[in-house]
Amino acid sequence: MIEIKDLHKSYRMGSNSLHVLKGINFSVKEGELVSIMGSSGSGKSTLLNILGMLDEADEGSYVLDGVPIKNLNEKIAARYRNKFLGFIFQSFNLINYKTALDNVAMPLYYQGLKRKERVEKAEYYLEKVGLAPWSHHLPNELSGGQKQRVAVARALASDPKVLLADEPTGALDSVTSHEVMDLIQGINDEGKTILIVTHEQDIAQMTKRIVNLKDGVIIDDSPVEQVRAKQYV
Amino acid sequence: MFNKDRWEEILEALTANKFRTLLTAFGVFWGVTILVLLLALTNGLKNGTKVSFRGYAANTLFTWTQRSSIPYKGMPKGRRFEYQLDDIEAIKSEFPQVKYISPSNRLGGYRGANNVIRGTKIGAFQIEAHYPDYIYQKPTDIVQGRFINYSDINDSRKVCVIGIDVVKSLYDKNEEVLGSYIEINGVNFMVTGVFKNPNSQGDEEEEANTIMIPFTAFNKSFNFGNQVDWMVITAHDEYRITDLKEAIFSTLKARHTIHPNDDRAFGDRDTSESYERIEGLFNILTLVGYFVGALILLSGVIGISNIMLIVVKERTQEIGVRRALGATPWNIKLQILQESLILTIISGMTGVAFAGGIIWIMNYTLDKNGPVDNFANPSVGMQVIVIALTILVVSGLLAGLIPANNATKMKPVDALRTE
Repeated sequence: MIEIKDLHKSYRMGSNSLHVLKGINFSVKEGELVSIMGSSGSGKSTLLNILGMLDEADEGSYVLDGVPIKNLNEKIAARYRNKFLGFIFQSFNLINYKTALDNVAMPLYYQGLKRKERVEKAEYYLEKVGLAPWSHHLPNELSGGQKQRVAVARALASDPKVLLADEPTGALDSVTSHEVMDLIQGINDEGKTILIVTHEQDIAQMTKRIVNLKDGVIIDDSPVEQVRAKQYV
Repeated sequence: MFNKDRWEEILEALTANKFRTLLTAFGVFWGVTILVLLLALTNGLKNGTKVSFRGYAANTLFTWTQRSSIPYKGMPKGRRFEYQLDDIEAIKSEFPQVKYISPSNRLGGYRGANNVIRGTKIGAFQIEAHYPDYIYQKPTDIVQGRFINYSDINDSRKVCVIGIDVVKSLYDKNEEVLGSYIEINGVNFMVTGVFKNPNSQGDEEEEANTIMIPFTAFNKSFNFGNQVDWMVITAHDEYRITDLKEAIFSTLKARHTIHPNDDRAFGDRDTSESYERIEGLFNILTLVGYFVGALILLSGVIGISNIMLIVVKERTQEIGVRRALGATPWNIKLQILQESLILTIISGMTGVAFAGGIIWIMNYTLDKNGPVDNFANPSVGMQVIVIALTILVVSGLLAGLIPANNATKMKPVDALRTE
């Protein structure tokens, strides 16, 4: 599903250049649930941003579902993001003047779907994350866990190939963290490929494979015995 | 471009901060209100001035003789001379462009020595001699009876048409005026009509104290011979009297042995020329109205542009999220442009409606309290509304342009990172 070869990325800070990713080789097969770990500054967020086409690599190749991702202009990148990827952010990033339903329907709006279809799909995914009764609430009327579940529903709405989650539990307490992880595991059980960036070991243990990043290189990449979040809920 | 979803998006964004939106909208609202009001007031002044011009037929030349200022053919300068009745005939035959030409004479004057007697009442009035066509050149309302006609001229009938103030001075209330006789400089004239000037430019009192007599009867009664004090010449509508003026004066110069370059020998007043000058003045005023209004509107538009910049800045993260979810830069730009456009047009059109209300109140008050000098019927035409709308659309787009570009300048990753 994801194929990365010799990925380099550096940031220019004034006269210095900061080499963040120093040749990443990495691939993810369909249906995997992978966590990317590493201390801050290890380059894990940069890697996720490049995977999410929010940023571009300086060197190396990136193939997503058989489509080479390079030299994208913003228009095509936007289309690919919409078609291939679903994002889950640490700070939820819901649009605060839109209801939960409208937030979930947003990717579908940019897909050009008719209103009726959008509402139907959005309701379906809200139901899936267990928030159907809250569909007409604004984000500030929801708890943190509920917000993140809306964000998950939004990420799922466009039926993407891959879900990219950047510290999805970073802003949540452990109980709601486990609830969200349970949801993510459930989605993975249905066959969705998911990448999670996290620095929490127990969250990483709930995935099926841990990739450890340090100073821009992968130092460890091994499958783990998945801990089901269900038992904590 | 503007389907229901778009509208919802735009309305949601605009109502997210109602007070700020309202304040921003006020700038444009106020600009348009002032623009429309300025144009309406200019129009009101123009209409008012046109009303006071209604007293004279446009395209009309009044001319009288002065003294020659250049010696010519053995004649000294400073020589007095008078128009003669055959000048009228000469101009009539030489200039087919002339519609009416009427000679006039004057005797005595209002506030001069008493010159009119009726029974025991006496008074001082302006006595004028006219031809029947004069009524078309300086419109005069006949309140009773009739004006001078050609039978009066041909038979030199001693009849007269008197101003309403003459009636007040010489007659008791409810006394029959028509058919009565008044004695003007010792000659009896029968009153056949009473007139009133619909409009005058400051001469109202003098004109109401005027007595008009058939030209022929006047000249015979008061020994004027063929002398003409002044003449009034109106050209046909398809010619401009201003263009004919020079040729007419050349003819008159030749007939009176005046040097061809002696322009001071004749006095004249050209209504079409002053009419055009007034027209020009109002065109400039309208232009000034547009200019000032547009400048005020501009500051409103800059306000919108400014607030859109802030909105874009505030919504950087939201824009980042939208882009992560698949919004193309064009989607984002279009939304910002549309927000600015809608805000500008709605507030502008509210301004037009508000100004319309004020204009309506002005007209209502004017109607109720009677006419005011030099001001009537302030209004703006449909074309002003169309122009205002065009200005609004253009300026709304301009106001959104820079903010829209700013919105997509940032990389999505940086936009998302903004707190």
